[in-house]
Amino acid sequence: MNPLNVWIAIGVTAVGCYLVKYLGLAAPAGVLERPLVKRLAALLPVALLAALTAQETFGDGGHLVLDARAAGVAAAAVALVLRAPFLLVVGVAVVVAAGVRALGG
Amino acid sequence: MPEQTQIPAPGRAVSAGPPVRPDSAVIRDALGVGIAVGLSGFAFGVTSAGAGLTVLQTCALSLLVFTGASQFALVGALAAGGSPLTAAAGAFFLGVRNAFYGLRLSALLDLRAGVRPLAAHWVIDETTAVTLAQSDRRSARLGFTVTGLSLYALWNLTTLGGALGAEALGDTAAWGLDAAGPAVFLALLAPMLTTAVERAAAGLAVLLLLVTLPVLPAGVPVLVSALAAPAVLLVQGRRARATGTAARTTDDREERR
Repeated sequence: MNPLNVWIAIGVTAVGCYLVKYLGLAAPAGVLERPLVKRLAALLPVALLAALTAQETFGDGGHLVLDARAAGVAAAAVALVLRAPFLLVVGVAVVVAAGVRALGG
Repeated sequence: MPEQTQIPAPGRAVSAGPPVRPDSAVIRDALGVGIAVGLSGFAFGVTSAGAGLTVLQTCALSLLVFTGASQFALVGALAAGGSPLTAAAGAFFLGVRNAFYGLRLSALLDLRAGVRPLAAHWVIDETTAVTLAQSDRRSARLGFTVTGLSLYALWNLTTLGGALGAEALGDTAAWGLDAAGPAVFLALLAPMLTTAVERAAAGLAVLLLLVTLPVLPAGVPVLVSALAAPAVLLVQGRRARATGTAARTTDDREERR
């Protein structure tokens, strides 16, 4: 990973994320209150998080693969259905993925 | 300053209606959230170092970006080989929701212009949840400050701990730590899937991602998948209008298509 590229990404993300936070606090009330804008803002994270989950579970460079990560994420899904706390969900995914990989998966 | 006499003592302005909660109860709730979520910085530190970022880069993200989903997204996109700007775009879009939190908080906290730039950095899911749960301005300000302070301090400390730990472990994939990133996203996503609209958007986004990942440059598939959100809203709007026109007949243009 090119260090300069990483720092550029960090800088752009930090400035962008700070500005949207500040915009909300400083904007006059009513500016972003249109119903469609609010619904889109609520639904955008849903689509992004779903896509990110799929990418990090099945993506390997430009290929789709089925490996130990999928087993870990499946276990995390079961933990979520059982209403496990956040860190336990992540822990279960890590342990199951490590186990499957140790078994040669 | 002439305006100083206008500023009421904290809590006086809106505390007339509902009973004021004792400070200790507000602090207890705020610390509970701050500590529980602050510990998740471990997961971020491990994931970020495992993805190939240095300890310094990892800590810079937690200090300067301080909105978890965006940090995980950026690290994941860089690890997948995305360009800095496509990676930052995905992280930025995830952070846009904080603007809407800020809108709701600004009325409740009623911050002076000089305090806003500082408070803005702490406008995230957890501080918003705690603040909105308070019934008067004094409790809201206290809840926001205690949650923000405890979460910011702990999130950054655990990020450092996680990054150092991952460096000590070496090959994080062998320990299954590459499954932490997607598990975090799934855990953030799960509570949002409340209605058919959210589930449809999530399903369509996964489909778009799987179809575009092998053919588009790294980082771009996630951005394309984000289009699932406006697409689902568009279809939902059409349907609502279609059922509405049966009764009203005002929307002739839709009928003619």
